[in-house]
Amino acid sequence: MKQEMVDAIKNDPDFIQLTRERSKFAWTLTVVMLVIYFGFVLTIAFDPSILGMPLSSGSVTTIGIPIGVGVIVSAFVLTGIYVRRANGEFDDLTAKIKAKAKGE
Amino acid sequence: MKALSVLLFSAAAYAGEALSGAVEKQPLNMSAIMMFIIFVGATLGITYWAAKRTKTAKDFYTAGGGITGFQNGMAIAGDYMSAASFLGISALVYAKGYDGLIYSIGFLVGWPIILFMVAEQLRNLGKYTFADVASYRLRQTPIRTLAAFGSITTVILYLIAQMVGAGKLIQLLFGLDYEVAVILVGVLMILYVTFGGMLATTWVQIIKAFLLLSGATFMAIAVMAHYNFNFESLFTAAVQVKDISIMAPGKLVSDPISAISLGIALMFGTAGLPHILMRFFTVSDAKEARKSVFYATGFIGYFYILTFIIGFGAIVMVFQNPQYLDMAKQAIDGGYPILGGDNMAAIHLSHAVGGDFFLGFISAVAFATILAVVSGLTLAGASAISHDLYASVIKKGKTDGLMEMKVSKIATVVLGIVAIILGIIFEDQNIAFMVGLAFAIAASANFPILFLSMYWSKLTTRGALFGGSLGLLTAAVLVILGPTVWVDVMGNAEAIFPYKYPALFSVSAAFIGIWFFSVTDSSESSEKEKEAYEAQFIRSQTGIGAEGAVEH
Repeated sequence: MKQEMVDAIKNDPDFIQLTRERSKFAWTLTVVMLVIYFGFVLTIAFDPSILGMPLSSGSVTTIGIPIGVGVIVSAFVLTGIYVRRANGEFDDLTAKIKAKAKGE
Repeated sequence: MKALSVLLFSAAAYAGEALSGAVEKQPLNMSAIMMFIIFVGATLGITYWAAKRTKTAKDFYTAGGGITGFQNGMAIAGDYMSAASFLGISALVYAKGYDGLIYSIGFLVGWPIILFMVAEQLRNLGKYTFADVASYRLRQTPIRTLAAFGSITTVILYLIAQMVGAGKLIQLLFGLDYEVAVILVGVLMILYVTFGGMLATTWVQIIKAFLLLSGATFMAIAVMAHYNFNFESLFTAAVQVKDISIMAPGKLVSDPISAISLGIALMFGTAGLPHILMRFFTVSDAKEARKSVFYATGFIGYFYILTFIIGFGAIVMVFQNPQYLDMAKQAIDGGYPILGGDNMAAIHLSHAVGGDFFLGFISAVAFATILAVVSGLTLAGASAISHDLYASVIKKGKTDGLMEMKVSKIATVVLGIVAIILGIIFEDQNIAFMVGLAFAIAASANFPILFLSMYWSKLTTRGALFGGSLGLLTAAVLVILGPTVWVDVMGNAEAIFPYKYPALFSVSAAFIGIWFFSVTDSSESSEKEKEAYEAQFIRSQTGIGAEGAVEH
């Protein structure tokens, strides 16, 4: 990549918007995943009995079951949320930046 | 504290050593062998087809870069869901109930992080190996050498664990000799990779993932059908044969340091496994790379939910079932040991729900699973040797693709033979620590360099080299001084380092080392490396200048 092109793209408002928005989005989702997972294992580390509470009175199923499955589902849903926005909005912005870079 | 951490990881080692320990050779299992022959025939047919399409180095390393996101997601799942995770995690659920679910969750949560942080950047910057990305703006020779060393170490450790597991499993399932089984796996893996390259490897993984998910789905549905698809009924039945403790967290995670360290090892380790990272170069662009992770996370997560149901199914249908009881062992030890050990829980369940025919199918799937995983590993190891060491370090980039591909094929054959020999040497060794060590090195050496090369403009060659080596050494030394090697392998009474997973310490050492040796680096070349970050950042964010796909 030539230096002129680097400078042009670097100062392109679309590029600035893309990188800022995506980085904010990616970091937010990362933190959400970390909080969910470490929240889950640290709950177990500090007090395993919380997840051992029955789901309803008299049931054998504990609240740990839907919570555990929920962590698995949340990982999948979070990837879905990211891919949806990145493959739509972010890729449209990228296409615009690329078109401009080619034109200039 | 020490006791707690040992408890924590006794379960982890449990799944890791899924397929180690003494096993008894079983009588020849004909329906399993027939189904396995069909699988081998089909995959060799695919290898022949792929060989005709594998003409260039790009075809060999990345299947021409034309795999779709869905196919790649399936192949990633096929790469990641090993026989150890299928049999080991269902065995852990079978033995400890809820703890099996906690353990499997750790293996899943690295995937979203890979998507948010590295997947598309990797695709935009790299060509064939993750070292392409790590060395993008740094000095080729030292960084490639370190990255290749990290890759090859990870691959060999992982390969040994898989080969030993394969030998034991095949002995159990098919009644073949251990050596015959290991040689068979090694030879098939060499054939797939040498002739069919990434294209054959990808399709072997896709077919295997499909078979494994179908088989596991059938088992889970068969179990649930017994209980009118009511989980409360299944759990009630399971609690009646065992006790209520299987419904709550047991001793798997019991102290915060170990919990965090295990989490870091699994998350960053997954994001530093060379055979996983390499899969991102098989798709055409960042969009497909993202879709790959989305599908892979879905398949892997679904698979872990199935193994949970399968484990509970085994509690109600296999545990205490006289058909699967190892009476010789019961006479000595008491309790309800099952034939072949707890790791056979899922295999016995397949017989309980589907008879001899389905038992044969699941056995063949387990074998196929091993083949798919070792093929991916070998290809990643061979690429590190040919692309990073031969083409970039030894020849300084002055070689053509055909020569590089030839070296890669030779490396595949050599790695295959090494894997067979190591598989035989380690038959009766305690190898429970190997997968853990592979994850620790991937998390402490490969991942920090890769991650900081993408996100930190001030990274320099010196920082990456010293910090990465520090992470690698810390991980290796702490594993050796820890309970898995110092006590379990070497037989000392007390571990010098109390934790089985060193990731919290070794990953920190790597990041701090890289930071320190980068910021204190004022050499002329380091200034250039910092300046080159801008152009690299633009390419990683937009894909301008990235490797494209080739049409076949």
